[in-house]
This record gives sequence, structure tokens and C-alpha cells, in this order.
Amino acid sequence: MEIFVQLLINGVIAGGTYALAAVGYSMVYGALKFINFAHGSIAMVGAYIAFVLVTMADVPLVPAFLGSMLLTAGLGVMVERVAYRPLRRAPKLASLTTAIAVSFVLDAAVMIIMGADIRTFSLTGMRSYQIGPIYITPVQGAIILTSLVFMVGLYGLLTRTKLGKAIRAVADGISLAEVSGIDTNLIISAVFAIGSALAAASGALIGMDTNLQPTMGFIITVKAFAAVVLGGLGNVWGAVVGAFLIGIVENTGVWFIPPVWKDSIAYGILILALFLRPSGIFGKKEEAQVTVL
Amino acid sequence: MELALVVHLLVVITIYGILAISLNLVVGATGLFNLGHAAFYGIGAYTSALLVKAGVPWLLAVLASMAMAGFVAFIIGIPTLRLVGDYLAVVTMGLGEITRAVFKNWISLTRGPMGLPGIPHASILGIEFDTADKYLILGIICLLITFVVAERILYSPFGRVLKGIREDEAAVQALGKNTYRYKMAVLVVGSAMAGLAGSLFAHYITFIDPSSFVMWLTFFIFLIIVLGGLGNNLGAVVVTVVFVALREGLRFVGLPLWLNPAALQQLIFGILLIIATIFVPRGLIPERKVVYE
Repeated sequence: MEIFVQLLINGVIAGGTYALAAVGYSMVYGALKFINFAHGSIAMVGAYIAFVLVTMADVPLVPAFLGSMLLTAGLGVMVERVAYRPLRRAPKLASLTTAIAVSFVLDAAVMIIMGADIRTFSLTGMRSYQIGPIYITPVQGAIILTSLVFMVGLYGLLTRTKLGKAIRAVADGISLAEVSGIDTNLIISAVFAIGSALAAASGALIGMDTNLQPTMGFIITVKAFAAVVLGGLGNVWGAVVGAFLIGIVENTGVWFIPPVWKDSIAYGILILALFLRPSGIFGKKEEAQVTVL
Repeated sequence: MELALVVHLLVVITIYGILAISLNLVVGATGLFNLGHAAFYGIGAYTSALLVKAGVPWLLAVLASMAMAGFVAFIIGIPTLRLVGDYLAVVTMGLGEITRAVFKNWISLTRGPMGLPGIPHASILGIEFDTADKYLILGIICLLITFVVAERILYSPFGRVLKGIREDEAAVQALGKNTYRYKMAVLVVGSAMAGLAGSLFAHYITFIDPSSFVMWLTFFIFLIIVLGGLGNNLGAVVVTVVFVALREGLRFVGLPLWLNPAALQQLIFGILLIIATIFVPRGLIPERKVVYE
């Protein structure tokens, strides 16, 4: 039973990192109605930026973390400019193709610069705290705290500020937002900046908690996407719930099935979710299904 | 370059050519965003290798591997073909990864990451295709058959419906076509062709392991058909020749030691795909226009 509680906590921690990645995913989908396949790779780049700042430039952990979020936000804006904006009016297949290509380019670039080996932050002086029957590392505590802070911050931003209002307006309908005098290109850039910064936070935290690898982006993409679909595409808060659900299910799942299948669990949930409820738990009835048999 | 190398490249080209044509039917002609193509290729390879190792003649084994790939496609198609583009992309990607997890973890059958060594060469009625030269003949025959079948499909009334689905599925439905069935048929046929390619690969290399069927392969084939002109089989084959030659050629350029050749390949092809999608969306050799009297 104690092990189960520990697995549950692990699930919440994993869910926190997925949630940070998933909200950006969901916001991009909301604004552009397209799945940003490169989102996980952007998170991976963020993790590596934090890694380089901490281990090679001797920047303290917290400024390095924030610096990586800032730089990655810039990367996200640039990716949208170069690879997605020229295709905004093209068929969906086109922007989806470039998104996959961007993720491969980012993975390859990091692999060339940093090598394909697994890297670790090797944070010294960290030891686990024991709370009752469970163990938790300072990084894991930071994950729960950071994800909570950013979620609340994002909620404030989306509901209480003018920028948030504009983002929601673009998500509701881009043409309508445009005729209302909103600079939609600027808002979309802002969405990419926010989403990428949060992705960087997710990647860096995963990197600190476990390790870094140029291929880690793919798994983040899949987990975040599964969370987004589970919560209902474009629904930011649904994505958060979906993320925690996936984190918890896959971590407690190793109680029942061999751990080698852990990463397959997210796919399983995703496929099941699409099969049973394509519009997500909180989604509106959308055009997830086109074929009515 | 030695002649033996050229022959080897040509054999690889015939196998990749079959993959390109089959993915072209599914993605290029019908517009189904299938990212799990490598899985069907792998299913074909494993089915055929295991059967021949158990004493089944190759000709029967290859039919079985096509049937197996087609059958799995059918099962996968039931839930996924009701989904629209982006969902389909991620679900097929997920299924591709699950399939690879099965190859990796069903150790009693596939020997997992250790792979299957000593797969016999293909043979038909006592004729052994045990050298690269002989294998090339077999490869060309299979490629030609695939090409002719795919062309017949594309330029038949059935093929016209497929292209209609790609352009506007709702319109095709309004004309009274059951688009779900058409999509299912093309997915099954395309996957069976991938199964054929897998069998050819397994009995040529004589060793397979899960790393041969990664998503990168699907992506590579994807790039080939996007550049070759979606829906154009001849373009697909021509670009296959160029790309396989380019890919293998990169190995002989004197790269500095720190440069990871696989990553460099990925970087170059990724950038090419972005450029191609934005600037030559119809490919180098655009789809033939069909004019009706």
C-alpha cells in the first residue's frame, strides 16, 4: 500500500510536468487549430538550454531555469514565423508536415551540438525528504510547486488581462478577432511564446528530475497530446486534468503491468479516449469525427 | 564506388520504392495522415522472417506477411479512420510506437532488442535469391507489380473517389459514397504493400531488430512522397532513387568525427522538407491532371 501511495505521488509529479507542456499545446491548437508536433522538441531544447546554463556557464539554478524559458519562448516565436506562418492558409497536411520536420530538425541540431548521450544535471547536495511513508526529492517538490504557480499564473493571464482576452478571442475565431481590430499575428506570436516558455519549464524540470536526451521531445509530445485530447482539444483546463490523469494512470499502472510498457500506456489511453469520447472529457462536440457511418 | 555497392543501393531503392508507393496511396492520393507506416513494414518483416524460419516457403510467407499487415491495418482502421487529419496522425504514430514496443518486448517470439538473425534468403520454387544481383531482380519485379497495381488503383473510378476524399470528404459523402469504406480499403492495401516491402527487407538483410522500424523511416518515406509530388507514383520512385543515393552518399563524405552522421542526415532532410512544403507544395513532379471528356 505504501508503494502504491508512492506511485500515486510519482504520478502527480509526472502529471505536473505533462501539464506544463500540455497547456501550451492546447493554446496553440486553440489559436491555429493545428497540432504543433514540434512542441515536445521545443521543450527538449528548453531542457538543454537550462542544462548548458547550469553546468557549463555556472548560472545558478533558478535564473538558469527562467533564462531557458525566455530563450525558448524566442525559439517558439521563430519556429512559428519560419515554418507555420507561410502555411496558415494552406491545407492542414502542409503545416502538420512542417511541424514534424521542425521537430526532427531540432532533435538533430541538439544531437549534433550536444551529442546523443544521456546527460544529467548531477545536482549536488540534494537528498530526498521523507514525508510519512513517501519519499520526495527537492526537484520533485519544485515540480509540484512550479506547475501549480504557472497554472494559476496562466489562469490569471487568460482571464484577467487584455492579452488573455485577445488570446481567447483568436481561439474563438481568428477572422472575427481580426475584424475586431486585434493584431492576430502578434497574438499568435504571444501564444507561441507563452506555450514554448511553459514547455521549456516542463522539459527542464523533467531533465532535472530524471535526465536529458535529444529524443526526449518525442515522448513529451505524445504525453502532452494525449493529455490535450483527453481534456478536449483547445480546452486549456481540460488539458491540465488530462495531464494529471495520464501521469497518475501510467505511474500506478506499473503496479499491474510490467514497467517496460509504461510509455505505451499513454498511447493506450489516447486511443481509448478517441474511441470512446473523441471530443474529450470537457470538450464541446467538435468535428473530431467526420465520418458518420 | 564499387559495383557491389551500387547493386546494394539499387536493392534498397526497390524496397523503399515499394514503401513510397504504398504510403503515397494512403497519404498522397487519399490524404490520410498515416504516421505508422513503419509499423506495417515491420509487421511484414517479422511475420515473413518467423514463418520462413519455421520452414514455410517464402512465397507463402510473403503472402502471409501482406495479409498480416493488411489485417492489422484493418483493426487499427476501425477506430482511427473515423477521425480527422491531425487525430489520425497522432493515433497512427502512437500505434506505430506500440507495435515497436511489441517487437521489443515480446521476447519469446521476436527475441526483443537482440533481433532475429539468420533469416534465410528468399526463394521461389527452388530458385534461391542468395546474392545481391539475384535479389535485385526479385526487388525490381516486386516494385513493378506494386507500381502497376498502384497506378491501376489511382486511375480507376475507385482512385477518383480517393482523391475526392482528399480534396473534400464531405462533398464525396454528399455524393452518396461511404467514405469510411474507401479509406479502409486503401489503408489495408497500402499496408499490405508495406508488408511486402518488409518481407523483402528481412530476407535481403537476413537480420531484423526493432530499430529498423522506427518512426524516422516513416518520416523519410514521407519526405520522399512530399517532394515527389503527392499522389504521383513515378515522382515517388524517382525521388526514392535520389534520396537513397544521397543518404548513402553522405556516409562517404569525409565528415569530422564529432559530427553524428545520422543526426546530420536528419537535419538536412528535415530542412529540405520544410522548404519543400512551403515553396513546392505540389512536389517536384506534380500529380498528373486527369481530364474527362
